[in-house]
Amino acid sequence: MNHLVVLPVLIPLLAGALLLLAGRAGKAVERSIGLIATAALLLVALLLLSHVAAGELLVYYGGNWPAPYGIVLVVDRLSALMLSLAAVLALASLLYAISGDDRLGPRFHVLFQMQLLGINGAFLTGDLFNLFVFFEILLIASYALQLHGGGRARVRAALHIVVLNLVGSAIFLIAIGAIYAATGTLNLADLAVKVAAASSEQAGLLRAGGLLLLVVFALKAALIPLGFWLPPAYAAASAPAAALFAIMTKVGVYAILRVHGLVFGPDAGEAASLLTPWLLPVGLLTMVVATFGVLASRELRRLLAHLVVLSAGTLILTLGLDSEAATSAALYYALNSTLVGGGLFLLADLIARERGEAQARLDREQAVARPALLGTLFFVGAVGVAGLPPLAGFAAKLYILQSAFLHTAASWVFAVILLSGLLVMVALSRAGSALFWRSGDTAVLQTASGLLPAAATTLLLSSTAILMLGGGTATAFTQATAAQLADRSAYIDAVMVNTSPHRKGGF
Amino acid sequence: MEALLSVLIGVMTASAVYLLLRARIFPVLLGLSLLGYAVNIFLFASGRLQLASAPLVEHGLAQLPDPLPQALVLTAIVIGFAMTAFLVVLALRALHELGDDQLDGGDKP
Repeated sequence: MNHLVVLPVLIPLLAGALLLLAGRAGKAVERSIGLIATAALLLVALLLLSHVAAGELLVYYGGNWPAPYGIVLVVDRLSALMLSLAAVLALASLLYAISGDDRLGPRFHVLFQMQLLGINGAFLTGDLFNLFVFFEILLIASYALQLHGGGRARVRAALHIVVLNLVGSAIFLIAIGAIYAATGTLNLADLAVKVAAASSEQAGLLRAGGLLLLVVFALKAALIPLGFWLPPAYAAASAPAAALFAIMTKVGVYAILRVHGLVFGPDAGEAASLLTPWLLPVGLLTMVVATFGVLASRELRRLLAHLVVLSAGTLILTLGLDSEAATSAALYYALNSTLVGGGLFLLADLIARERGEAQARLDREQAVARPALLGTLFFVGAVGVAGLPPLAGFAAKLYILQSAFLHTAASWVFAVILLSGLLVMVALSRAGSALFWRSGDTAVLQTASGLLPAAATTLLLSSTAILMLGGGTATAFTQATAAQLADRSAYIDAVMVNTSPHRKGGF
Repeated sequence: MEALLSVLIGVMTASAVYLLLRARIFPVLLGLSLLGYAVNIFLFASGRLQLASAPLVEHGLAQLPDPLPQALVLTAIVIGFAMTAFLVVLALRALHELGDDQLDGGDKP
């Protein structure tokens, strides 16, 4: 058994506990603990990525209990990829936060680590109930991070999120109860076997459970009609929190891909391909609504929050195409949109800081102190997120369209993706010219903030160029990931080994 | 017993939904707690209902109860309790900062 697998959960947990104790030791100590833990997390995630790159699945049996009885953590290519993505985003957000934003409220670093604990756990778990538990950890940390810094807008948004997600948790539990009542197991690999063999009597209960799970995951992924909570919340959140939240909608999408792909896949008997009629229309609708949101935004951070919803919609739409090539395209798109989305939230905060009273409102008011630097970053981010050549956003969109070519709904997919791309481009160029050009003749009021926040922002935004340059390697990996996801029996065999793990060498 | 339990869960859920739709913080809190009870009983019932059975295990008993739903319910109760406590504190803070107890207001002052 490889103990590396449990480290992405243990590191943030121990660092968080240590940070609680170190709370009085001063900001410098807190910051170094947070940074060391997050850097270690990135290292572990990359190590895991290299371990599973060849196609092996790492399974960790908690307490060494054999599979359907104990708790399992599973790392395959998808989990390792998402862990690495989360770690990169977290490291950049933390670098940004230690330049001053962590002073806005108490216990920022503890909450940050707990948030990572929840996110990593959700990516690792091979058990439906543990997915619920890690979701709750992730959520309660996100409520507090959302409130970080205080103020009316943040409190109002947090109240909405908490109530919505509490209802979501109740629905999650109902779904778990229904699925457990029908199958008697909650281990995902075991569920995949049991659901495929379920009688038609139990199929109704299973389908209801599976669709209730979709409601829960869609709430997390902010799909329309369940995603209206996101824009006001992310627009109000402090910059490092908002940047980290860019991965949260992807946790919802990941859960759909993992649970529904594995348990309610094409070979799941009576409940086979449960989501196929839902994902494509929901994705299209989400994209349309989010595009209108982007166009109607009069503040940069709100515009970016609508872009987060848009990217979740694009992902779900692509998964709805229901082919291996589409899954691969969706993963490549997710890498680009998460990193660039997070980077743009950091950039919006830099712009807001340098404009003083004008904040990030998109009107002719206050010039920024460093128009060349921030303007260039904004240009790169906008090109990366809108999907223009030569950056990775373009390659990702092209890849998605290519995978949609032979689908029966191809005309809808092409129309919505291309039109929303055009409208996002219009909105972003309008925003850029309002922020950087039309305010050029006003005097600069604020002093420039330091180099560290700009460096953290650059780190995230440059990823779109790196993903383009390393496009061959990246798409080869996402293709291998999609192939591994389609091979359900390999996952089931890896988790449900008949011999007890003791006899396989164990500790 | 099944009929009694399903009616109980149904009535509690319906009351919870009614309270949630009041969109004021105190009824919503009560609604969420009620919903939590309904869900916990539902989860408990997913391990089948039995009368006069051993709590966990007993020698010579043919039908043993399923221990897993009990563990799940326990976890769900703990998490639900923490979340409700957090919501109460947040509600007090919101009352202080926003000056009203409406949940569905816009974010304009």
